[in-house]
Amino acid sequence: MFKRFSDSDNPSPNGSDPPAGAHPVIEALELTKVYTMGDMQVHALRGVDLTIGFGEMVAVMGPSGSGKSTLMNIIGCLDVPTTGLYRLDGADVGILDDNSLAEIRSLKIGFVFQSFNLLPRTTAQANVELPLLYAGISGRDRHQRAAQALHLVGLDDRRDHKPNELSGGQQQRVAIARALINQPKLILADEPTGNLDTKTSDEIMDLLQRLNREQGITIVFVTHDPEIAEYCSRVIHFRDGRIERDERASPEIDSAPSSQVLESLPFDRP
Amino acid sequence: MNLFESTRVAMLALAANKLRSALTMLGIIIGVSAVIALMSIGRGVEKFFVDQFTSLGTNLLYVFPGQLSEGPPSERGRERGVLTLADSHAINNPLRVPDVIAVAPQVSGNALIARAGNDMDVSVSGVTASYQDALSGEAAIGSFITDADVEERSRVVVIGSDVFGRLFEPYEDPIDQTIRVNNILFRVIGVMEERGAGVGGANLDEMIFIPLTTVQDRLFRLRTVSGEYQVSLIYASVISEDRMEAAQQQITDLLRERHNIAFRGEDDFVVINQSDLLAIFGDILSAMTLFLSAIAFISLVVGGIGIMNIMLVSVTERTREIGLRKAVGAKRRNVLSQFLIEAVTLALIGGLLGIVLGAGGAVAATSFVDNFSAVVGLDAIAIAILFSMAVGLFFGIYPAYRASRLNPIDALRYE
Repeated sequence: MFKRFSDSDNPSPNGSDPPAGAHPVIEALELTKVYTMGDMQVHALRGVDLTIGFGEMVAVMGPSGSGKSTLMNIIGCLDVPTTGLYRLDGADVGILDDNSLAEIRSLKIGFVFQSFNLLPRTTAQANVELPLLYAGISGRDRHQRAAQALHLVGLDDRRDHKPNELSGGQQQRVAIARALINQPKLILADEPTGNLDTKTSDEIMDLLQRLNREQGITIVFVTHDPEIAEYCSRVIHFRDGRIERDERASPEIDSAPSSQVLESLPFDRP
Repeated sequence: MNLFESTRVAMLALAANKLRSALTMLGIIIGVSAVIALMSIGRGVEKFFVDQFTSLGTNLLYVFPGQLSEGPPSERGRERGVLTLADSHAINNPLRVPDVIAVAPQVSGNALIARAGNDMDVSVSGVTASYQDALSGEAAIGSFITDADVEERSRVVVIGSDVFGRLFEPYEDPIDQTIRVNNILFRVIGVMEERGAGVGGANLDEMIFIPLTTVQDRLFRLRTVSGEYQVSLIYASVISEDRMEAAQQQITDLLRERHNIAFRGEDDFVVINQSDLLAIFGDILSAMTLFLSAIAFISLVVGGIGIMNIMLVSVTERTREIGLRKAVGAKRRNVLSQFLIEAVTLALIGGLLGIVLGAGGAVAATSFVDNFSAVVGLDAIAIAILFSMAVGLFFGIYPAYRASRLNPIDALRYE
């Protein structure tokens, strides 16, 4: 659908864009995250190993305080781990500063939030264009690509509507179009159906599943909702900062078991 | 993201909150419009004086009694120095003051004049026949005061063109009509041509001219202890502009001698030319400008604090928006520039509105005053624009910096 735009500033070590499957989208090894709150130290992650391949649709589940949000922040390049290694699309992003993380987010990650987080008083079209603005794409390209993304989520006729003129489901579709616009390696969805009724939730999940199957986009959900997990090929259960259980519903989608991939990687950092 | 995109985003954000944006600008609008209005009027005053003085000819010297630095003109020279009609005659001596070609003594005062139910407050100039030569004014109708009128202390009057307009119907012949000056009857012998100018702010067209001796004896009774006629001002017309300094020196030497001033004593009179007078007004104007600048500075600071306040509120209010922008790839400098541009835009639009308001107000206010109009200078506009931008930049930096440092995780969770 999209023409892939230049990855010349891709921080991947070999400098070129590898074909899907050559390495996983997410490789995490021994991730820990410690927050210091006053005198207390909170261990949000206590050593997480995780590999997610291209084209996977994964649900990360767990109770509040299990560390799944912290994991999502790190996977989403919004935060960096205290220790451990995190590679996104082959590039080590655990060591980058704020601005470089922003660039990675702009190029490789799309976010979908529970509360949509659309800019108020701004048209759907402009909301979808937002990530391209920061990626330095010219006005005409932005316009064209946003129109395509809105087409993909079935909102051709709502381009000029503002968020308050759209239903919840439509707003979330706009948010999904916004997440898609940069052709990300990964879409991170944080409770994407949390604010929607059952019927709309099903529609949104159907849409995301379709995008995953037809466009091959890797999607990671962070959720409490078991119904979301039903759509996913893999469910990771989180508890006390660790992975408790890693369930694969349909193994045929997986490219390689995570342990194999990890062993084959030439780590130069512990 | 380039400057154009940043500006567009900032403008959209401002447009989304129009009332608040407008209220925020108010401080800057008031500050800038006050500055522009006062500067324009000040410039107008300056131009008014320059026009008035230069229209009298550039080779005119003024001799005042006393010293200019000693208090307001009304008190000046009462005790310290006195000029007399005899001084004026002495300056008129070509042997002592060769570079002066005409001398006109004058005594000034105010009087109420009346005719047929119309009355008017005017400046009275007690003059001699030579006034016409020194100030090169002519009577449009009738004739000017003659030496004989001065000699005889005649009750005759020459009126300015505006005075004619007030007291007479346009078709009336004023010659030999009588008017009352402070209740004394005078016969009109002439009407001056229109000058549109004056001395020290007094409009020549609104003056009446009476023989100096008549004024002294019948209206103001100003005499020295020894009984000499006192004058308030002596005009001396110099032969050419390059002889101004020489003439000034000649008059000074003569008057020091006549007034018995010792070698190191201070003059009890002042001989100045128009550029000296303009320089004095310039000093007054620059003091005024300094004062206005202080007021302007205060109002701009107040306006700037208003902008800073609103920007801080705006940053807090839009925490989630900032978090989202960062999540989708905005770098610190993108966020910084967006909020900075918003602040500068607020200040700049406020400044532009202030310029329009101030200039319009000044021009409208002065349009009711004859011979005087505000002058809106390009430099004032440029200064106003630069200053309002600087205010926006200065007071916008801190809120923008705060916004740019927000952690996207916390910002996205902010309720």
